[in-house]
Amino acid sequence: MADPWSLYSEKVMEHFKNPRNVGEIENPDGVGHVGNPVCGDIMELYIKVNDGIIVDAKFKTFGCGAAIATSSMVTEMVKGKRIEEALKISNKAVAEALDGLPPVKMHCSVLAEEALKSAIEDYLGHQKLKKRT
Amino acid sequence: MRRIYLDHAATTPTRPEVVEAMLPYFTDAFGNPSSIYSYGREARGAVEEARTKVAELIGARSEEIIFTSGGTEADNYALEGVAYANERKGSHIITTSIEHHAVMEVCKFLEKRGFRLTYLPVDKYGLVAPDDVKKAITDKTILISVMHANNEVGTIEPVEEIGKIAREAGVCFHTDAVQTMGHIPVNVDKLKVDLLAISAHKFYGPKGVGALYVRKGTRLVSFMHGGEQEKRRRAGTENVPAIVGLGKAMELAGQEMGKEAERLAYLRDKLIKGLGEKIDHIRLNGHPTKRLPNNVNVSVDFVEGESMLLNLDLEGICASTGSACSSAILEPSHVLLALGLPPEQAHGSLRFTLGRKNTEADVEQVLEVLPGIVARLRAMSPLLKTQK
Repeated sequence: MADPWSLYSEKVMEHFKNPRNVGEIENPDGVGHVGNPVCGDIMELYIKVNDGIIVDAKFKTFGCGAAIATSSMVTEMVKGKRIEEALKISNKAVAEALDGLPPVKMHCSVLAEEALKSAIEDYLGHQKLKKRT
Repeated sequence: MRRIYLDHAATTPTRPEVVEAMLPYFTDAFGNPSSIYSYGREARGAVEEARTKVAELIGARSEEIIFTSGGTEADNYALEGVAYANERKGSHIITTSIEHHAVMEVCKFLEKRGFRLTYLPVDKYGLVAPDDVKKAITDKTILISVMHANNEVGTIEPVEEIGKIAREAGVCFHTDAVQTMGHIPVNVDKLKVDLLAISAHKFYGPKGVGALYVRKGTRLVSFMHGGEQEKRRRAGTENVPAIVGLGKAMELAGQEMGKEAERLAYLRDKLIKGLGEKIDHIRLNGHPTKRLPNNVNVSVDFVEGESMLLNLDLEGICASTGSACSSAILEPSHVLLALGLPPEQAHGSLRFTLGRKNTEADVEQVLEVLPGIVARLRAMSPLLKTQK
């Protein structure tokens, strides 16, 4: 009997079964919404920032196993990182941290990267507004 | 862990009686049916006996049965065979928007080759309106193809009525009976079809074998060129053991189908009712009564199908989804979209198809496990919040 999870690495399954940082952050400093119902994946990523460092990250995801695992992994990867470091996290880095994704699932890692960038851009936008006022 | 298989529309286990019937034809009775000596005659006898069994169960004559490598080949052969045999007569083909890929992709291929296709819509239950078929027929129409029952949502189409319309108009009529054969009665005269595709592994026969019924007098160009097997309509040495297996599976289906359908319909209805009671924001896809006895297809709001499947698999339950998260195109099932489901509900679909070994305890296990899985996934779904 072949391993039923040969589609996904053990690490993907581990994050799928026990996703880290599920939920929302009250009064977040940045929120990213990406994806659409047509493609079947929607991610929301929340960040809390202190002195330019991401101190907390949480997510909510509608999607397949890979979408949930990449969301979980990206929130783990950004915590404790400076904003400029977090912006350098690529989809490939997320996929590698999960010991790889099946080729048809790479778009999930792209979505995770986009969710993170979108949350950071949201945060940076608020910062600009604050400086102006 | 006890595994519960609920994906019989994908494939079924080959029954031991079928395997037993096949075994001699791999070894002792290995002959080529085209050979004239005893080994050949033995194999020929077995192939013809199987042909008679297939013909009997669908009310056809044995010479109207062509063995194929399965349902896909039978559908391909029917559509291309008729299209190319009737090119001079016309180039219009009528089909539906919910056909299996084995039909739909052939239609798209023929469209690229210059044929004109009409893809009929279905109602919210997946039913084709016979009147739509009637209206779509022109003097250039050479073929109508409507599936007997849909593989995803289980809706049984009004094939008999459509057959009547096709016959009155003098248009060749094909049906893909892959999901109905061996499960509900299939009779080519009652359904008024000229071509009918079946696949053995969907009703406890082996994989890699099927048949195409071709009504006498139907013009068809050859699909496989080579030797003179199958009256030159399908060249290639017969897959004798598999054909014997198909025959045996047909025989057993003929004996047991009625009672089994009743038993499965009871389990089906119990599962549908239980899911509705235990999970809110869930709906049945397909027709409430005109449906295959073993098919349950539901959409669970706010959650995605693959993540439900993975969780069910962790509990030993094997099911299927119309979500396309794992396909390259990312679009959900064309069938669910044709029924009018919004994409997020199509992505949240789950299909359970019951079979011979399933019991009430299996249904109870699904009802025990699925509500918790849905609750857990909903807790992490951004869709639920926006609905509040």
